Amino acid sequence: MKFTSEQLKIMDSIISRYPRSRSAIMPLLHYVQAIDGYVTERGIETIAEILNLATAEVTAVSSFYTQYRSEPAGEYHVGVCINTLCAVMGGDEIYESLTDHLGIENHETTKDGKVSIERIECNAACDYAPVVMVNWEFYDNQTPQSVKDLVDSARAGNPRPPTRGPSKLRTWKENSEVLAGLNDGLAHEGVSAGSASLLGLQISKNGGRQ
Amino acid sequence: MTKLTPVLSAHWDEKDSFTIEGYKRVGGYKAVTKALTMEPDAVIQMIKDSGLRGRGGAGFPTGSKWGFIPQGDNKEHYLVVNADESEPGTCKDMPLLMANPHVLIEGIIIGSYAIRANHAFIYLRGEVVHVFRRVQQAIEDAYKAGLLGKNIGGKGYDLELTLHAGAGAYICGEETALLDSLEGFRGQPRLRPPFPAIAGLYAKPTVVNNVESIASVPAIINNGIEWFQEMGTEKSKGFTLYSLSGHVNNPGQFEAPLGITLREILELAGGIREGHQLKFWTPGGSSTPLFTDQHLDIPLDYEGVSAAGSMLGTKALQIFDETTCVVRAVLRWSEFYKHESCGKCTPCREGTWWLVQMLHDLEAGKGTEADLAKLLDLCDNIAGRSFCALADGAVAPIISSLKYFRDEYLEHQRNGGCPFDRVASTIFKTVGV
Ligand SMILES: Cc1cc2nc3c(=O)[nH]c(=O)nc-3n(C[C@H](O)[C@H](O)[C@H](O)COP(=O)(O)O)c2cc1C
Ligand code: SF4
Ligand code: FES
Repeated sequence: MKFTSEQLKIMDSIISRYPRSRSAIMPLLHYVQAIDGYVTERGIETIAEILNLATAEVTAVSSFYTQYRSEPAGEYHVGVCINTLCAVMGGDEIYESLTDHLGIENHETTKDGKVSIERIECNAACDYAPVVMVNWEFYDNQTPQSVKDLVDSARAGNPRPPTRGPSKLRTWKENSEVLAGLNDGLAHEGVSAGSASLLGLQISKNGGRQ
Repeated sequence: MTKLTPVLSAHWDEKDSFTIEGYKRVGGYKAVTKALTMEPDAVIQMIKDSGLRGRGGAGFPTGSKWGFIPQGDNKEHYLVVNADESEPGTCKDMPLLMANPHVLIEGIIIGSYAIRANHAFIYLRGEVVHVFRRVQQAIEDAYKAGLLGKNIGGKGYDLELTLHAGAGAYICGEETALLDSLEGFRGQPRLRPPFPAIAGLYAKPTVVNNVESIASVPAIINNGIEWFQEMGTEKSKGFTLYSLSGHVNNPGQFEAPLGITLREILELAGGIREGHQLKFWTPGGSSTPLFTDQHLDIPLDYEGVSAAGSMLGTKALQIFDETTCVVRAVLRWSEFYKHESCGKCTPCREGTWWLVQMLHDLEAGKGTEADLAKLLDLCDNIAGRSFCALADGAVAPIISSLKYFRDEYLEHQRNGGCPFDRVASTIFKTVGV
């Protein structure tokens, strides 16, 4: 099946952001994931065609980056940070209890297609450890129980909102579209900064005291 | 006692700090107006004279980097902002961009004007959707306000700004890998020379700077060189973001003059968590050699940290107390480097694989004294013999942990496995809560 003419038009607009078309390959791959849920064969073929590349060249790029998937992600893709700091502070326990709870392993998806899981590296939120990302939104200061509750709420169709993010968690495909550069209009939602980000500022305003 | 100096973070507690109105209300975009009335070379000179150094890890003087761009060469020039922030422990650029994307955009306009670039890029790691939203909205609003696009501020200067999402590859933080990635290739480092200033993006003169470096520029233009130089130490001028994480009572961001010590920051932050003691820490992310409680009074500036055998890096202060097994910590970082090695050169690709194997055995209590020597020998064959600095970072935690905690490695052998209780290092009182 071909992409719609509307979708092809969006692809053209992505290419127009760059001085050279090949630079658009990454946002185009994010866009294919937004439509198909992963990097599909038709996605590779279409990108190759519109960028005038061999499909092997597109595959070589897509396979280099971990965010591009060769199989569908769940509607809610849960990444547990297992880099050293989060791991030591409880990320390992969160990951273990989550795999037990869902009965799936790293890179697998639940049978209902709702939740997939991944062990992720440091996500630039270490002052909120242990960190969990769902569809690449921040869930700060997690515990094994809070993450079990989170995936249960997601499977029930009513996921808890991110700690620092929009007021409602969007699906994995919807968030992939944002990464392709399509504005979903939600930038104004959520806090300016979490409490840890503000700690130094507040201490300073308090004359050096907490 | 060093006082905190919130500059970049000064207004993050405002509800609308990330909007163009919120930014303008606190003086935002005044520096652009001023800079556009200056000669581009005068802007470069001012940043040179300020002493601002790169905040992305290496501490290279920002003004000098801008000065390397050849002028009058009739080529396009580019400014590329490195917002890949993936060095383990590093967590300053993402909160900055979430709370105030406009300060980066203002710095980008000034920097691009100075180096005569008409197109700039922000390469943002892909795993932070809400940060992407904030930056994208800020760019759209800056275009609408006439701060980007054609004839900025009526001064005849044109600038396009493109936001680009990465897709999960630590190596794309290395500036030449970043450029390859931005050109639409696998993100693998390039041979240097030529340096990006001569042949960068699309083989054109290019400056690559960290988010915090560029975001620091508007304040310097507004407040002047003397104001900036009042903060910091002799060769490390100004303010910077220190990110405190781990086994402390209150983790978070602390904006302070360069040269503050960990002892001072810990005092402000309420110390190591109750009933525990500092064991080891990183001054600037996992690629910077570990420090211990002997290093509490080292001035955290470029020279101070180097003199003590590590690197200021990204000022990511990851704190571990006595409940943490150093072998476990180092093994986990090694797994990270193995996973992120781009595979271009053999010592790093194969070497990081072997490091992980050896550390697994050591953690499981199957290593001997001789294995420690072998491990160090392996490190010797990786660092300095690989194509890029990822490999040097990969061996930093290993070599430094062996220097300070050699016996802890051997204790695993005597104990037939790890002697530490994992639950004790978590922040949960009991597992499951
Ligand atoms: C493996 C590796 C990863 C890096 N990751 C980053 C990064 O995420 N962000 C960054 O600004 N610099 C990173 N750097 C440093 C960049 O190569 C470059 O020095 C920096 O962006 C220059 O900006 P500055 O002069 O403003 O600090 C990395 C370097 C290496 C070797
Ligand atoms: S040192 Fe490692 S990351 Fe750097 S080029 Fe070689 S293989 Fe790639
Ligand atoms: S180590 Fe988990 S977010 Fe940095």
